[in-house]
Amino acid sequence: MTFRIGPRTSQIIAHIILLLMTIVTVIVLFFIIGYVFKNGFAQLSLEFLTDRTREMGKEGGILPSIIGTLFITVLAIIIATPLGVGSAVYLVEYTRGGLLRKIISFGADCLAGVPSIIFGLFGFIFFVIQLKLGWSILSGSLTLAVMIIPTIIRTSEEAIKAVPQSYREISYSLGGGKLDTILKVVLPTSLPGILTGVILGIGRAIGETAAVIFTAGSSLGMPTSVFSSTRTLAVHFYILAREGISMPKAYGTATVLIIIILFVNLVAYRLMHRFMAKYY
Amino acid sequence: MIVKTANLNLYYGSFHALKDIDLSIKENLITGIIGPSGCGKSTLLRVFNRMNDLIRGVRVTGAVLIDREDIHSPICDLILLRKTVGMVFQRPNAFPLSIFDNIAYGPRVWGITDKKTLRDIVERSLAAVDLFDVLKGRLKESALSLSAEKQQRLCIARLLAVEPEILLMDEPCSALDPIATGKIEELMLELKRKYTIIIVTHNMQQAARIADEVGFMLLGELIEFDSAKKIFTNPSDKRTFDYISGRFG
Repeated sequence: MTFRIGPRTSQIIAHIILLLMTIVTVIVLFFIIGYVFKNGFAQLSLEFLTDRTREMGKEGGILPSIIGTLFITVLAIIIATPLGVGSAVYLVEYTRGGLLRKIISFGADCLAGVPSIIFGLFGFIFFVIQLKLGWSILSGSLTLAVMIIPTIIRTSEEAIKAVPQSYREISYSLGGGKLDTILKVVLPTSLPGILTGVILGIGRAIGETAAVIFTAGSSLGMPTSVFSSTRTLAVHFYILAREGISMPKAYGTATVLIIIILFVNLVAYRLMHRFMAKYY
Repeated sequence: MIVKTANLNLYYGSFHALKDIDLSIKENLITGIIGPSGCGKSTLLRVFNRMNDLIRGVRVTGAVLIDREDIHSPICDLILLRKTVGMVFQRPNAFPLSIFDNIAYGPRVWGITDKKTLRDIVERSLAAVDLFDVLKGRLKESALSLSAEKQQRLCIARLLAVEPEILLMDEPCSALDPIATGKIEELMLELKRKYTIIIVTHNMQQAARIADEVGFMLLGELIEFDSAKKIFTNPSDKRTFDYISGRFG
């Protein structure tokens, strides 16, 4: 007689295994964040957040990097969102699922998976040198924009495709043209999905090092315009740790970066929920 | 407004979906189109506001005249056609917007921005479907919070707001319970005084209750077109008789 596991037992075993997997994932996640916070929280002070950086980061605060990071990220999103959403609208509403759309979607998928250092190299050669923009916030934002456009295109495309065809039909049946339908029905309905893509983009851009170290530089001065070179938080953290300048300050910087990312996500999700709760 | 077709044929790619349809629909009557699933009745309905244009590979031959104008001629204004010939769909499909914005959608597309005018239109349209008293203070609420029957009424109100002359109804009651169906039918009888109504229905009793004239379709052909009384009591074609007496379909 062979030993058999009954269906009830196998259910329980599966349940336990899945639970364990979840626990492991969550523990790893919390461990990383907890570890950074534990080492970095002590560094947080008004001075650290509002002072200029001194002695290559050994002393002083990180205000220039906070400003530089926000500046670069916001500019990148402002550049990437209209381009990405516009392309997605074109692909779904105007190409009728033809070969062109397949090629562009495939290309966007590939681009979304390209390592960010490649974008950094491209940005360095094209924006910094070819277009003579130098190491600047503008070069960094353009590079980040190019990097996150594929993500925004793909998430927006999925969101727009998910808009029920019947909504378009009603709009047309009421005498709406294509543009009315897109602006008044398709985009508002797919806005939550589009926002998700934008949030993903912000997440990628804000914590990026490789793509910006080549294009925005690593200057510690206070940024004054889009042509200033700047050192983003992630780059600052990387340099502090790599050059062994100050581990405590590195952890402090990482803590600030994580808090900013958490904050951005919270705000974005609140916005999204407020929008969805309105009519759904 | 009179709707006429002559030698109307429609193909989805190589599939011949409508075959030599000749019919003439009179003003201010309810014309019912009945027939088993897949007979082409919805396709026929969607010819009248050229909704089939949205589907790839559709080809139409023959003439479709609405108010003596060929709707497939290059000078026909498609957007104006769709304004004149409104459509109510099978499922009550309100936009995920407020009740007010749903009804104001059409007028806004047509360039009306004045708040007072919009409010008048919304109130008038709601009143026309007997919803105004019920929803008076709730115009800002989501349209999706309404019951299926009220949503379907709302969809009809949304359509009336663009001042159409012909109403196409594609099984408007198929998602509703019998009581709600009865109420929508009463509404249609009221609306017929002002509008020409063409309704596709699966439900022969419904056609018998509300339609003045009825067309029976089978496999893309219009088998018989006559007064509802004639079709349901003494049809001339044996296939019509078989269908209405429940032998198939």
